[in-house]
Amino acid sequence: MIPNRLALVLAVPLAAGLALPFAGLRANRIAAAEPVWLWQALGAPAAIGIALLAVLTVMWGRVLAAPALAAWLALMGVVAHRLTAGGPDFARVSPGAGFWLGAVALALLLADALAQRRPGPVARLTWLAAAWAALALLLQGWGHVSILQEYAARYMTFWAEAQRHLALALGSFAGAVLVGVPLGVLIQRRAGWRGPVMGTLTAIQTVPSIALFGLLILPLGWLATHVPMARAVGIGGIGMAPAFVALFLYALLPIVTNTVAGLRGIPASVAEAARGMGLSPRQRLARVDIPLALPVILTGARIVLVQNIGLATIGALIGAGGFGTFVFQGLGQTAPDLILLGALPTVALAFSAQVVFDALIDLLPGARA
Amino acid sequence: MKRWPAAVLLVLVLAFLIRPGLFAPLLAPLAPGGGPVIYDRANLLSLTLAHLGLVAGAMVPASLVAVALGVFVQRPAGAAFLPLSRSLTGFGQTFPPVAVLALTVPVLGFGTWPTLLALFLYGLLPVFENTVAALQGLPPSVVEAARGMGLTPRQRLWQVELPLARPLILDGIRTASVISLSTATIGSVVAARGLGEVIIAGLTSQNLAFVAQGGLLVAALAILLAQAFALVGDGASRNRATPRA
Repeated sequence: MIPNRLALVLAVPLAAGLALPFAGLRANRIAAAEPVWLWQALGAPAAIGIALLAVLTVMWGRVLAAPALAAWLALMGVVAHRLTAGGPDFARVSPGAGFWLGAVALALLLADALAQRRPGPVARLTWLAAAWAALALLLQGWGHVSILQEYAARYMTFWAEAQRHLALALGSFAGAVLVGVPLGVLIQRRAGWRGPVMGTLTAIQTVPSIALFGLLILPLGWLATHVPMARAVGIGGIGMAPAFVALFLYALLPIVTNTVAGLRGIPASVAEAARGMGLSPRQRLARVDIPLALPVILTGARIVLVQNIGLATIGALIGAGGFGTFVFQGLGQTAPDLILLGALPTVALAFSAQVVFDALIDLLPGARA
Repeated sequence: MKRWPAAVLLVLVLAFLIRPGLFAPLLAPLAPGGGPVIYDRANLLSLTLAHLGLVAGAMVPASLVAVALGVFVQRPAGAAFLPLSRSLTGFGQTFPPVAVLALTVPVLGFGTWPTLLALFLYGLLPVFENTVAALQGLPPSVVEAARGMGLTPRQRLWQVELPLARPLILDGIRTASVISLSTATIGSVVAARGLGEVIIAGLTSQNLAFVAQGGLLVAALAILLAQAFALVGDGASRNRATPRA
C-alpha cells in the first residue's frame, strides 16, 4: 500500500524521533540530563524491530496509528524501568526530544486517521473514553518516568489542586451561563441596552488576565474587611474569589454574544407562528426561542468552558491554586517535569471539554446536520 | 464608526508613556503607603515598545506562514493535509496560552525566545482558520470567471482570490494580534521583556498601582490595535467598492 503525502511528511519527525535521544538520564532531580538513545537502552536488535514497526505504521497509518501511539507511550515506561533498574533511588529518567517528536508524529497520524473517518458524536465520545482508559492503563507503566515521580511525590496536592482547578473553571462557567443567557435575552429585547452592555463586556476582554486577576484583589479585599458575611463565605482579596470573578467576567461576553446571535437567527415565521398559537411571551421564550437558539448558545458555552480551563491556570499567580501551581512552581525551580505535571492535565482537560461539548451540540435534536 | 474615542485614547496612552508622573495622583490611592506609584525599575515607554516588538515579531511571520499554509491546503498538492490541519486548528485553540508558553521553556530556556515561539504558534491558528474559510467561501462563479478569462492559477490567486479573501484574513490577523498582545504579558513569567513585567512586579510586591498601570496600558493598546485594523479594513472595502479604471 502506498502511504499518502501526509504520512510521508510525518515519517520525517517519526524518523527523527527514532534517531534523537529517546530519554534523558539524570543523577538527581536537578542534574543535567545525559542523553540515552533507543538502541542504548534496549539493544540494537530491539531498536531495529521498532524502526521496522515504524515503517509499517507510516504505510498503514489509518489502521495502525492508535496502537502505535499506545506502544510508543508504553515504550517510554519500559525504557525508564530498564535505565533505573539497580541504580540509585534518586536517578531520574525524563522523556527526551526523540520521544516527544515521535509521540507528536504518531498523534498527528492518529488525528488524521480520525479526521478522515469523520466520526459521529457518539463515536467521538467513545474514542475519548477509550483514550482516557488507555492513558490510565499506560501511565501505570510509567512509575519510573520523572513526570510520574513528581506526581508520586505530591499526589495528595495534585488531586487537591485538580479539584480547585475544576471548581474554579466549572463554577465560574456555571455562573456565567446563569447570568449571561438571561442578560442576552434581555438586551435582545431592549435594543437601547445592547450598546453599553456589549461595550463593557468587550472592554473587559482587553484587560490581560494576570492584570484583571490582580485588580480584583482590591474590591474583594475591601469586601472581606467591611462585610463580615463575605469573609464568612470565604471571599477574600487573594485566593479563589478574585480568580473566580475574573473568569466569570471573561466568560460573559461569548455567552451573551451567542445568546443574542442565536435568538436573532430564529426565522420571523417561527416567531409569528408561536404568537398565532396564542403562546404568551414567557411560554414562547421557554418553548420556542431558547430551544431553537440552543445550539448557538451552547457553542458560546463551549468556547467559555475551554477558555476557563486554560485561564484557571493563571489563578495560581494570585494564590487561587489549580494546576497553575505546578506550572509556576516548575518555572520558578526550572524543573521541566513539574511544568509538565501542571500543563499536560490542563491541556487534556480542555481538549476533553471540547470533544464532549461538541458531541453534545451535535446530539441535540435538529442541530447541525 | 466614530473615531474620536480612539484618538483620545491614543493621546492618553502617549501622554502616560512620555510623562507618567502626570498620572501619579490617579494611581496613588492604589499604591501601598509610601511605595512607588509609577513603575520605576524600567522605562515604561521602552517596555511598551518591547511588548509591541514581541507581538510584531511573532505575528508577522505567523501571518505569512498561516496564509501560505491556508493557500497550500486548498491546492491539489496540499489537499491531503486539509482534514488534519482543520482538526488541528480546532483543537490547537483549546491549548491554553500559558501551557504553550510553559511547554516551550524546557525546549528554549527562559527569556524572549520561548515567548516568541509561543506567540507565533498561537497566532497561526486564527489566521489559518480564516484564510481557509475565506478561500472556501469565494463564490464559485467568480473563480470560474477568472478561469474563463484565461488567468493562470498563480494570477488567479494574486489578482482574484487573495484580494477577495483579504477582509476575512485581516480579521483573523486582528483576532490573533489582540490575543497575543494579552498573552505576551504572561511572557514576563518566563522573563521576556514587556509590560507583563510591571504587572508581575505589582503582584509580587502587592502594589496594585503597578498592576493597574500595566493592565490598563495593555488593554488600551489592544483597543488601539483593533481600531488600527478596522482602519486598514475600511480602506480595503473602499478599494473593492471603487471599480478600477
